[in-house]
Amino acid sequence: MPDAAHIVIDRVSHEYRPARRRPVLALDDVSLAVGEREFLALLGPSGCGKSTLLYLVGGFLPVEQGAIRVEGRAVDGPGPDRGIVFQHFALFPWKTVMQNVLYGLEKKGLPREERLRVAREFIELVGLAGFEDSYPAQLSGGMKQRAAIARTLAIDPSILLMDEPFGALDAQTRSLMQAELLRIWQRSRKTVIFVTHDVQEAVFLAERIAVMSARPGHIKEIVEARFDRANPELLRSRQFVEMVDHVWNLVRGEAILAERSGAA
Amino acid sequence: MTSETVRVTSGTGIANRIPAVVPRYLPLLLLALGWEALTRTGLVPTSALPPLDTVARAWYELASSGDLWTNGVASMTRGAAGLGLAIAGGSLIGILMAWYKPVRAAVNPIVQFFYPMPKSALIPVMVLWLGFGDASKVVLIFVGCLLPVTLAAFNGARGTDEVLIWSARSLGASRARVLWEIVLPSALPEMLSGIRTALALSFVLLVSSELIVARQGFGYMIGWLGDGGAYDAMFAVVLTVALLGFAADRLYLMLVRRILAWRE
Repeated sequence: MPDAAHIVIDRVSHEYRPARRRPVLALDDVSLAVGEREFLALLGPSGCGKSTLLYLVGGFLPVEQGAIRVEGRAVDGPGPDRGIVFQHFALFPWKTVMQNVLYGLEKKGLPREERLRVAREFIELVGLAGFEDSYPAQLSGGMKQRAAIARTLAIDPSILLMDEPFGALDAQTRSLMQAELLRIWQRSRKTVIFVTHDVQEAVFLAERIAVMSARPGHIKEIVEARFDRANPELLRSRQFVEMVDHVWNLVRGEAILAERSGAA
Repeated sequence: MTSETVRVTSGTGIANRIPAVVPRYLPLLLLALGWEALTRTGLVPTSALPPLDTVARAWYELASSGDLWTNGVASMTRGAAGLGLAIAGGSLIGILMAWYKPVRAAVNPIVQFFYPMPKSALIPVMVLWLGFGDASKVVLIFVGCLLPVTLAAFNGARGTDEVLIWSARSLGASRARVLWEIVLPSALPEMLSGIRTALALSFVLLVSSELIVARQGFGYMIGWLGDGGAYDAMFAVVLTVALLGFAADRLYLMLVRRILAWRE
């Protein structure tokens, strides 16, 4: 456990109450601490509540049982200290790439010149220079996600919440984006919670992997995955392959359970 | 995308688009020729349907005497005022209904009840309350056009993608800002199509209210010319209204296409 916990999730349970149906227990007594500048993956089968947990940290859903603290303060609604990237990008479709990235900078109250400078810097960082004036509808999936990442990073949140950010991309784009994300993370060193159901992705990206059970979700095991990620041969190294195997064995049973219960 | 490129590169602008317009409106031309033929051959008595050329001559006289202009301005001012108020009011009510539950609870039953009511039934009521002048027409058009705009804004705003709201909030936007900057533009496509319905409805309500009680306006002219047996002049006004309605709709569609250019 890292010493300086940035995010503390303390015995959190969460119930979904869909209209005219029985409530569903999505999270059951989850406790987890995420260290300052740590990259943590939340891994689990579909419907295990990993996104719900992320939304609770983001302040998008109310914490009803247990507590979530960020830098010692209880989470109470969304805030610019916790940037989020969604699976389906969530770009404002009526704004260009530049306007999307500027949005959070305007809210921060930066002077105009400074806003433009920062926006250009992050658009360049994610490799979208030349597409500043494109609307999201004109971009490919990978480019949309790059724009969304630029928009989130531009306001410099200390925490980055990522909800299966590469789940909607094709395999080639996904592995490109994973490498990009690592590059960006190594430069900016934010605390990251990365939600995924892709074992290889989790092992490749995260320093620690919290494996979640099928619904109702709880933390089944936490796996350390500290590799030299600068090594270009990492994906083929025995160490890496064994780790993927190990984590996959942990998840498999849960995936089968989730499949049987028909969780979407 | 590709068809757009082809059109831009192969065409030389307007010169290429005119021939495309002619075949599109060919049925209208045939209708006019049929009209002329029916009246010229005596199949239909000219008292029931005056030949188009006498209608054109009557139109020219009405136009040069200034009658058409003064009455037209009176009508269009009423229509624009009523429709403008309905757009402003309906958008506001619809979005507030979607955003605030108490507003929805208070307003929804009223909207549901009055939506299917034929608004022309209110003409005598408006005259009773507001007299024979502009106010009764403006308020009638306002009331009639309010509900289609309200419902469209309500449905559009309710359809706002939750992750867009969450994104904006985590980028530092307040709830009030989200309403203006995220919910409103999200609702816009649906609102604009509701406004198109309202635009057509405003013409219906305008002419029918003027037809029943007015001392000015297109509807008044149609009634007065018809009573006096000046059928060619009456048809000239009817066609003028039809043409204005058509032009307003086309112009509106062009405007919508510009506003929603980001949808591609």
